[in-house]
Amino acid sequence: MTALAALIRRDIRIALRVGGGALIGVLFFLTVVVLMPFAIGPDLALLTRLGPAILWLGALLASLLTLDRMFAADHEDGSLDLIVMSRTPLEFTCAAKALAHWLAAGVPLIIATPVLGLLLNLDVAATLTVALTLLVGTPALTFTGMIGAALAVTLHRGGLLLAVLVLPLSIPILIFGVAASEAAISGPLAFGTPFSILCALTLVSFVIGPFAAAASLRQGLD
Amino acid sequence: MMLIDLANPTRFLSLTARILPWLAAATAIMLLIGLYQSAAAPDDYQQGATVKIMFIHVPNAWLSMFVWGVMSVAALGTLVWRHPLADVAAKTAAPIGAAFTFLALVTGSLWGRPMWGTYWEWDARLTSMLILFLMYLGLIALWRAVEDPSRAARAAAVLTLVGAINLPIIKFSVDWWNTLHQPASVFRMGGPTLDRAFLIPLLVMALAFSLLFVTLHLAAMRNEILRRRVRALQMMQATRQQAA
Repeated sequence: MTALAALIRRDIRIALRVGGGALIGVLFFLTVVVLMPFAIGPDLALLTRLGPAILWLGALLASLLTLDRMFAADHEDGSLDLIVMSRTPLEFTCAAKALAHWLAAGVPLIIATPVLGLLLNLDVAATLTVALTLLVGTPALTFTGMIGAALAVTLHRGGLLLAVLVLPLSIPILIFGVAASEAAISGPLAFGTPFSILCALTLVSFVIGPFAAAASLRQGLD
Repeated sequence: MMLIDLANPTRFLSLTARILPWLAAATAIMLLIGLYQSAAAPDDYQQGATVKIMFIHVPNAWLSMFVWGVMSVAALGTLVWRHPLADVAAKTAAPIGAAFTFLALVTGSLWGRPMWGTYWEWDARLTSMLILFLMYLGLIALWRAVEDPSRAARAAAVLTLVGAINLPIIKFSVDWWNTLHQPASVFRMGGPTLDRAFLIPLLVMALAFSLLFVTLHLAAMRNEILRRRVRALQMMQATRQQAA
């Protein structure tokens, strides 16, 4: 337990320090959302309607951008080999690393959401709903994305290949995240249904993500 | 145990060399019978002759999902049993599966044009088929990104199994998403009960396409084994030249 806590502390500290690059994700999120009105036009009513979708897409792309580094930096300095060889089960270690990654890169996105909601003309309730769905949904993005990150590090390839592999897997999360936000804002549907399915997807990703990532690290590193 | 016997690539090559002509002949005969029966099948009272696209479209769609199942079994073979031919089977199945998915999409869109008045509709089935196609392409990209086949095999096996778990979830979410966005479905496929005049040609075509898959897959596996031998020989020659 102490080993996992130490790992989480270490990862967060590295991510927040100079060269960590966790906050670049927030900057990217901001830039993507600011770009949208230039493509769509400054129509406030339209932006309100598309707001939740834009915020979710931005968060999805921003979390994808930072995934690359989850295992790559540890692989470069050799600490990943030590982590794989240590007595702590690799599944737990992967889960701890994903949790640390989410705390360092995912939570800032959620904190930035209210400001971005303002830019997209969303009212307070709508913004809070989107932030709530992101709070529940972004861990799922991190935990499924971790599989791609683990594959990428064993293949010594990152970037575009990672995006191509991970994006189709995140479609369900996107569907239910946007559906829950829209249901709360305007939709005829109850908020509870898509939101509970989103929670379920997150829980499923907690199970699948660490096992698949650990399997690919164990098989792939040599 | 037969699978263990086949672990020797040379034995696999000699066995498939004997089987393949028979399989190819059976495929050709079944395809001929199926095509004849499809052509002879009556026109639908609503859809006219376009209903015959179904005899190509549906077997392709079935096989597109079946091939992912084959790859998942092969992935287990790679990760659990370390069967030497499992990664060859998985690697060669991916492009064939992608081709079946692509054909299902294309025939579906050609069928959709006269029936629904559009080539593409964001219908749940079409969308999940498109995502399946994207996942096939991602898997092929993964195979092609890495030079060392055994390293790529283990990564691709993990991805195939994750895909096998995720594909039903994606299918379910897309169904849900579609019913949310389109309360009144624009179309319904022919109806759940299919007349015997259509059912028999369809089953024959499904069998013919399955045989086609087995034939193509075995042939592709042979090619892959030979390709790896050529590569090994070339590398051996290169090291020998370097030493000389």
